[in-house]
Amino acid sequence: MRTVDVADITAAVAKMSMDANYYLSEDILVALKASEKKESSSLGKDILGKLIQNAGIARDEQMPICQDTGMAVFIVELGQDVHITGGSFVDAINAGVAKGYTEGYLRKSVASDPLFERKNTQDNTPAIIHIELVPGDQLKIMLSPKGFGSENKSALKMLVPADGVAGVKKFILETVKKAGSNPCPPMVVGVGIGGTMEKAAYLSKKALFRPITRHNSDERYAKLEAELMELIHQLGLGPQGLGGDTTALAVNVEYFPTHIAGLPVAVNISCHATRHAEVVL
Amino acid sequence: MAEPIRIVTPLTKEKALSLKAGDSVLITGTILAARDAAHKIMIETLERGEKLPVDFTDQIVYYVGPSPAKPGHPIGSAGPTTSGRMDAYTPQMIEQGLRGMIGKGYRSDAVVDAMKKHGVVYFAAIGGAAALVAKTVKKYEVLAYEDLGPEALAALTVEDFPAIVVVDSQGNNFYEIGQKPYQKLEI
Repeated sequence: MRTVDVADITAAVAKMSMDANYYLSEDILVALKASEKKESSSLGKDILGKLIQNAGIARDEQMPICQDTGMAVFIVELGQDVHITGGSFVDAINAGVAKGYTEGYLRKSVASDPLFERKNTQDNTPAIIHIELVPGDQLKIMLSPKGFGSENKSALKMLVPADGVAGVKKFILETVKKAGSNPCPPMVVGVGIGGTMEKAAYLSKKALFRPITRHNSDERYAKLEAELMELIHQLGLGPQGLGGDTTALAVNVEYFPTHIAGLPVAVNISCHATRHAEVVL
Repeated sequence: MAEPIRIVTPLTKEKALSLKAGDSVLITGTILAARDAAHKIMIETLERGEKLPVDFTDQIVYYVGPSPAKPGHPIGSAGPTTSGRMDAYTPQMIEQGLRGMIGKGYRSDAVVDAMKKHGVVYFAAIGGAAALVAKTVKKYEVLAYEDLGPEALAALTVEDFPAIVVVDSQGNNFYEIGQKPYQKLEI
């Protein structure tokens, strides 16, 4: 048994909130630079160059890459031999978000009630927190602030087994095409296949947490990711949807066993930035 | 890429009519900032028969909800938000004299029809390039609805703000024109 104090969690989360919003991840930056070289649309090339330049300004001046600093989404891997002391774990994460978003000059974008009141909570809480219990005595906290220009273009469909691979591909391509310029392409496309309705949605989000350089460890799904990338490029949306070769930077697929009668598919679309931060306590 | 066209605000109808889908522009002068909540209030104001807090004649509105300004800076990061969310309000804003809009993403047919009728231009700013855009903002002044925070109606003084004409006053759509040569897959 190892103990972790909530104060350390709050401090770590506050720093992660700022870091994720100021620093574009290296995997994304490398992909943007490679795309800029290859892009045959001159306007598309110019846009990719400006996105790279934007990341530099954000880093140097410690300002957010995007004004939509997102709803803070966490995936936590909690070792079953960890004992959290000093208070509530969820409260500690939320306190870290409030501190990071306030002290880091990040935009507070959370509405208190989705339908009626829609009053800004003023500190970007509550966060969305997914907790996975894992073996060991480590606490790994991963954060991906999610802007809603892209989140709003996400979709879920309950396909049937007969739809198969072709049906899955069709749904993903339709979702990307419909998203158009709104999610600020080049996008990162997270796909969740299998499980139940909510499991598929969670997997599609989890796929966005994976570095874009890492493919699915199952060869068949890795191949599907590569095929989807190629097909998405052929849609021709290009940077910002203004036409070009670069529509997505990656397609990350996660999967899970499902019911004999079902084939749930979720597509979680993310913008060019797909921000991340993680810490192990 | 061709040299960008320089635009100084206010955007007159004559100037708006001369811009073509696909043109890159650099905007200098004052533009107005408003997004979802401010639009909702403005339309309710008009429906009550009252006047808007500012005159929109020949103005450009930027759909933006900036992040908070750090001390010594006029504004925080300030990229465009999704324009489609304003579609329900836009035809009425165009009736008020609005001449240009800056945002990102597709617009409804009703918006494009109103644009054609009144000679209005829709520009795209680069979504996500919010720190870069912020560099072109020299002054940020809240004009109304201060309680809305990042959604307040504001005036932005900008210098060489980069944008692209996506829908011109004739209704030509550069999202369609630009994508066409790269489309190898129809779905």
